[in-house]
Amino acid sequence: MKNGNIIHVKNLTKTFGDFTAVDNISFQVGKGEVFGFLGANGAGKTTAMKMLIGISKPSSGEAQVAGFDVKSQAEKVKRSIGYMSQRFSLYNDLTIRENITFFGGIYGLKKSDIKTKSQNLIDELDLHDEADKLVGSLPLGWKQKVAFSVSLLHDPQIIFLDEPTGGVDPITRRKFWEMIYREAHKGKTIFVTTHYMDEAEYCDRVSIMVAGKIEALDTPKNLKEKYKVESMNQVFLKLARNIE
Amino acid sequence: MILELKMNTIRYIIQKEFKQIFRNKAMLPIIFVLPLIQLAILANAATFEVKNIKFGYIDNDKTSLSRELIEKFNASTYFNVLTDFPSHIIADADMLEGQVDVVLEIPLHFERNLLKEKKTDLSVRINAIDGAAAGVENVYVNRIVQQFNQKVRTELLLVGENINKLQNIATIPSFWYNETLNYKTFMVPGILVLLVTMITLFLSGMNIVREKEIGTLEQINVTPIKKYQFIIGKLFPFLILGLVLLTVGLIIAKLLFDIPIVGSILLMYGYSIIYILVILGMGLFISNFTDTQQQAMFIAWFFMVIFILMSGLFTPIESMPNWAQVLTEFNPIKYYVQVMRMVMLKGAGFSDIYQQLLKTLAYALIMNALAVYSYKKVT
Repeated sequence: MKNGNIIHVKNLTKTFGDFTAVDNISFQVGKGEVFGFLGANGAGKTTAMKMLIGISKPSSGEAQVAGFDVKSQAEKVKRSIGYMSQRFSLYNDLTIRENITFFGGIYGLKKSDIKTKSQNLIDELDLHDEADKLVGSLPLGWKQKVAFSVSLLHDPQIIFLDEPTGGVDPITRRKFWEMIYREAHKGKTIFVTTHYMDEAEYCDRVSIMVAGKIEALDTPKNLKEKYKVESMNQVFLKLARNIE
Repeated sequence: MILELKMNTIRYIIQKEFKQIFRNKAMLPIIFVLPLIQLAILANAATFEVKNIKFGYIDNDKTSLSRELIEKFNASTYFNVLTDFPSHIIADADMLEGQVDVVLEIPLHFERNLLKEKKTDLSVRINAIDGAAAGVENVYVNRIVQQFNQKVRTELLLVGENINKLQNIATIPSFWYNETLNYKTFMVPGILVLLVTMITLFLSGMNIVREKEIGTLEQINVTPIKKYQFIIGKLFPFLILGLVLLTVGLIIAKLLFDIPIVGSILLMYGYSIIYILVILGMGLFISNFTDTQQQAMFIAWFFMVIFILMSGLFTPIESMPNWAQVLTEFNPIKYYVQVMRMVMLKGAGFSDIYQQLLKTLAYALIMNALAVYSYKKVT
């Protein structure tokens, strides 16, 4: 692994029949980086991410995540990463505390660890009154916060977030990004897909995927300079339009 | 230490499944109450006894002997004597409409022929749309006519006859294992099998696919959980549920229907555990292959119907065509019905059922291996 890069992707491709969802992409993500993975709907972001977290087999190319090959060492990859998906992924018919216990348990945490971690999490998110309520009864923004915290339980090196802030208000989104930053400061690598271009501004570096290919990859500042525009939104529109 | 960790992971899944089952306020009564209602209804209704046969007659003779014959039918509990048809044309029309099942026609000069020529003919018409029932009805009619025949011979025809000619051979059947020929005794163990099978197959069949639908399966798949841990964790709660259901069913069978339980309870539960594992493995296998609960339900029903109808529960396997009999070898319900009947009614021991036991065990291993294999963490 060369100087602190934690994700290496080389010529990664995924095809479904005739359709190429991810077309020969290559990039690296550094340790502790907040990496924005942008693209329109259907550009192939989620498919690419699923290959990196070991739940989808690449058609060709290779990728290493946290030092493990996603093809041959998928289960080892899974130990080193946390994942929170676009589709809300806690059990609605379990309480917050039960969800924490369950996911802690299947990651193989000790009982005493699960207890202390649950308590810390509930303290941190200030959910004392809600801890024993069913997740299904919570507002979406809270669910997302809990889901994010649960994905951190086993202390992963990298956290993959697939459109984590979909469907919530700007204030909640802002708070969610504060949580992301806290983890990044602790040295965790954040790999996040999003539709919101204002969120792209928060990232250290962003890649923009269009029709299965990575069309641009740089810091938000450099991208804006390169395309001579004011915001990431305009960068995105320019790129997406050029292709069409 | 490592083994302990693996067991722990399974324990967390089991815990979670139980919580979800007991939290689902709509499902719990469906799981426990509906099957028991079914047991109460089916045990009384699912009978092969042919009773209340709609019986009509055409009496062209109208003598004391002909009336005596009809009286015999009247006295029988199997026949519901409905009408005296004036002609067979009307009788035929009524049979076409389903008003009558059996029509007996007594010819003119019935009494005279019987007394003078010592023989006469009767005509019997039976609605044979249900062939099995028609066969049984024919036997009943014959038996009554024979009894009548014998009585007539002893009472009227003996004058001048050689008494030695009358042979008095009577068979006295003794019915084993179900002395009173009670259909409930025969049916209830089988119906119990159905209930346990249906509930466990449907619940397990819909379980994993449900997690697929709501998206939590993806979250499970990103964890380093082992495939077999996941499947065992899913199996165990439904195994317990199936056994509880069996227990409640057995208690009802005993209290409500007074079904004998002659054999070893331990053996019955031992076999039941292996059997339920077959069904659960099958359910999880279906669940892994489908994308929606609806699909899973349809496939589960498909197998359920074939398994039930080819289990020997409602129709004897011996009377199926050869190819169908071969197919029943792969029917786990068939073995369970056999074992439950043998153990409950005959008191069969381990050596009597070990063949079924071995086959079921092999089935359980195969189905669960398939369930583990078909669960794909990577697509």
